[in-house]
Amino acid sequence: MADLAVGSSPSPTKRKVSDNKPGMAPWLLSSPALLLFVGLLLVPLILTVLLSFHAFDGSRGVLTDYTLKNYIEVFSDGYYHEIFLRTGGLALGVTLLCVLFGVPETLILARMKSPWRALFLIVILGPLLISVVVRTLGWAILFGNNGLINSALMSLGIVSEPVRLLFSMTGVAIALTHVLIPFMVISVWANLQKLDPQVESAGLSLGASPFTVFYRVMLPQLLPGILSGSIIVFALAASAFATPSLLGGRKLKVVATAAYDEFLNTLNWPLGATIAMLLLLANVVIILGANRWVERRFSQVFDT
Amino acid sequence: MDKPLEPHDRALTRQAARYTSDCFLCRAAHWCAALLSGSNTMTFLSLKKLTKHFDDFVAVEMLDLNIERGEFISLLGPSGCGKTTTLQMIAGLVNPTRGAIMLEGQDITWLRPEKRGMGVVFQSYALFPHMTVEDNIGFGLEMRGMARSERQRRIGETLDLVRLGGLGKRYTKELSGGQRQRVAIARALAIQPQLLLLDEPMSNLDAKLREDMHIELRSIQRHLGITTLLVTHDQVEAMTMSDRIAVMHGGRIVQLAMPFDAYERPDSPFASAFLGKTNALNGHVVGSNARCAIVNVNDRTFHIPHQGRDLTGDVHVFVRPEKLRLGSGEAPESGLSGQIKTRAFLGNHWMLQVETAMGLMNVSLPNIGEVPPAEGSTVELNWSNEDLRVLPREVAHG
Repeated sequence: MADLAVGSSPSPTKRKVSDNKPGMAPWLLSSPALLLFVGLLLVPLILTVLLSFHAFDGSRGVLTDYTLKNYIEVFSDGYYHEIFLRTGGLALGVTLLCVLFGVPETLILARMKSPWRALFLIVILGPLLISVVVRTLGWAILFGNNGLINSALMSLGIVSEPVRLLFSMTGVAIALTHVLIPFMVISVWANLQKLDPQVESAGLSLGASPFTVFYRVMLPQLLPGILSGSIIVFALAASAFATPSLLGGRKLKVVATAAYDEFLNTLNWPLGATIAMLLLLANVVIILGANRWVERRFSQVFDT
Repeated sequence: MDKPLEPHDRALTRQAARYTSDCFLCRAAHWCAALLSGSNTMTFLSLKKLTKHFDDFVAVEMLDLNIERGEFISLLGPSGCGKTTTLQMIAGLVNPTRGAIMLEGQDITWLRPEKRGMGVVFQSYALFPHMTVEDNIGFGLEMRGMARSERQRRIGETLDLVRLGGLGKRYTKELSGGQRQRVAIARALAIQPQLLLLDEPMSNLDAKLREDMHIELRSIQRHLGITTLLVTHDQVEAMTMSDRIAVMHGGRIVQLAMPFDAYERPDSPFASAFLGKTNALNGHVVGSNARCAIVNVNDRTFHIPHQGRDLTGDVHVFVRPEKLRLGSGEAPESGLSGQIKTRAFLGNHWMLQVETAMGLMNVSLPNIGEVPPAEGSTVELNWSNEDLRVLPREVAHG
């Protein structure tokens, strides 16, 4: 925010000539965005932080005195450890799946001819156009013990009894990958567009096989896109709510559903706020750390 | 240009020696092959009826070209004339629709690009941004399975050759445009290719640097004796560096000649207009004898030296701006009066546009310390008929 106040200050030499302060203009111009930011994000966030330090009593509700009890509870209880670990594992798994499927998908997409490319781009972006509840219920129908996937597997004789997909982390991971893969594709796609198409030819002309060209020349140049896509996918997967709650069921809680339950079922708002804050904190730390690392690793090589 | 550096010269000599010995072995093999096959004329690279269609678009049409070992040849033409497609077919990056590519008598038309061992310098340089300069240059050597120590030696040598010694550890982002281009050339030369393909390598350099690179690249090519094919739309570049120029138009070669011949005796109106500036006049053939065509231009008759195919009907008469002079000339039949419309000073010469009865004529006068008459003055243009060039009118779409 400090940058905004300074605004577009002219170069030192010019400044001497005019010797005018920027005045109110920068503040006025940025005020709508500032108000929106402060009113809709900063204030609720601060209130949630404050809420997480409030004490709670089952019979009297939220108390006015402050305490660290909520945090201590989350940090000391194995129940919450499991939820956080499960969420982290889920986010990591979904991110890996998105890399595994999204990168080849983008490369194939980039090589498609004109009408097909647009068509398949829409197919890939499709999940984002459908309501999360509808999409998730669609997966529930496919995943059920008598659902399409299990019927097909059994009639083909691949498995003898239904594979447990609904109310399992496998199902949640598959459904989340489906909806988050567009973010990976878009990120890698943007990276791919910046690459010089002749570089691939250069690799071939120097005697590298197409596979070596991909592995040694293309992939390293796509890493920034893959990593920034991974950051987005990880953050969204870690904070996903609808898919884990609908496909994971009551028993397989993730952090987002746990916070939801504290708010709406147990009515322990301070504990819910604590869980939410810890998820936010973990996400911020992981994302900033990854971003730092990416920038430091690649700043010398690429103009980012 | 900088003074030649010591390491550069040493590298040049060493690499050149390697090429000569290669050449000797290859030649011996050639003679044997030629003796066995009963032919004694084997060109190094030959393109036979090479054709490439992209859907409906004809990029290259029935192109024949023979390149000798050690030759520097340029494909010169405007964008869309098929010159880059031709280079890509030779490199194996584009598959021809029809025709064949023969390298040292072997058909390589369908050989995969990574098996061809050609050095290619791309227009964008196509350097690997995630590798250092050294790794860029060493990439081709690594692909050939060269040991690390040997590779390091060759990288250093090639860096000296292109005067980039000491920049090996940098990333390409940290280099200037000219340095990047040198890295691209070094990377292509490091694998000691039989054939060097240059795809508009200078088009991203500023004019001054470009001129220096023309001379330097030419000298490296001469010393190494490496067969080189340059694709360019810059006629100065083609003329400065090439042994022969192939002027391309509409997917075909419309003229193949040494630079001087191509400029002085263009075969087609297209080649005439594309290689340098020219004045085109409309004429009509009224007769001919053994050495001359007698052409009527705007009610005046010129005896223009002409050999080869017979000319009849409408023709174009071309005259280069620098072949025109101001003032009274020796040939009384030539004098043509006109009015100076524009006068531009370009340092080493003046460029005038003179309005005459035959149309607007471009006149180039060398700067010999005199200022030509001002705009608006009436002057007389002179030329000698030997400098006129007559070509049939309709072949414009060669």
